[in-house]
Amino acid sequence: MTDYTEQALLQKIGEVRFALVELQLYLDTHPEDLDATNDFNAYAVTLDRLCSEYTERFGPLENFGNSTHDAGSWVFEKWPWQN
Amino acid sequence: MWIYEKRLEYPVHITKPDPRMAKLLMAQYGGPDSELGAGLRYLTQRYSMPDDRIRATLTDIGTEEIAHWEMIATMITQCMQGATLEELTAAGLDGYYVMHGNGVFPADPNGVPFTSSYIACTGDPIADLSEDMAAEQKARATYEHLMNMTNNSQIIEPLYFLREREVVHYQRFGECLEIMQAIKTGRSAPSCRCSRRRF
Repeated sequence: MTDYTEQALLQKIGEVRFALVELQLYLDTHPEDLDATNDFNAYAVTLDRLCSEYTERFGPLENFGNSTHDAGSWVFEKWPWQN
Repeated sequence: MWIYEKRLEYPVHITKPDPRMAKLLMAQYGGPDSELGAGLRYLTQRYSMPDDRIRATLTDIGTEEIAHWEMIATMITQCMQGATLEELTAAGLDGYYVMHGNGVFPADPNGVPFTSSYIACTGDPIADLSEDMAAEQKARATYEHLMNMTNNSQIIEPLYFLREREVVHYQRFGECLEIMQAIKTGRSAPSCRCSRRRF
């Protein structure tokens, strides 16, 4: 567990997810690049840890069972387009 | 199967109404080179590609485009939020308001609705990948035009991010085209699971 605020934790998740998006697209055309694969896996472990912490402290991030749910927070927590 | 992540790929917080930019942003929401067109184009073209690397690239870039489409919808929603009917009318959105209210309908800034004729799927990998590269450059140009039209940093920052993604996608599609050209000229065989090298 970190002592990030909700906003800071979301920002960190966004940064790590972005690194993974970039590495994923690179690996799509360079699937045999072992260095990039290792980087991808290291970021994936970090993302999993951060997302689990977010879900535990603030509620689910993903639908259909990728995040565990508590009562109602998937539905009632603010949606991403709401200011 | 797709999973939704309840988060934008890049944050959008527009705190003042800006209906003029809401209207212009519709270029990237429902126009010919919009994020909607990009997502549909790539996710549609996947099925006729002969190489696993190209199938993967179209799937993952197509997926990212849908997240960009959500960012643009968020920008339009927040730019219209709190605008009076007079402000919407002054921005040329009175016709839009009558037909769509505060909804975010896929149309371009001139009200022309989105159509699938904006995308191509020839089933020819070289033709489709060449289209994809051109589409990324057209979207980059549109983002630059949008950035020229405002000095609102809350709008420019996400546009800057989205413009940069077009450049990266263009690079990846260029690599796909090279893969395809090597296959066509007999310099390499299409990659598939059966020929994958084990680490």
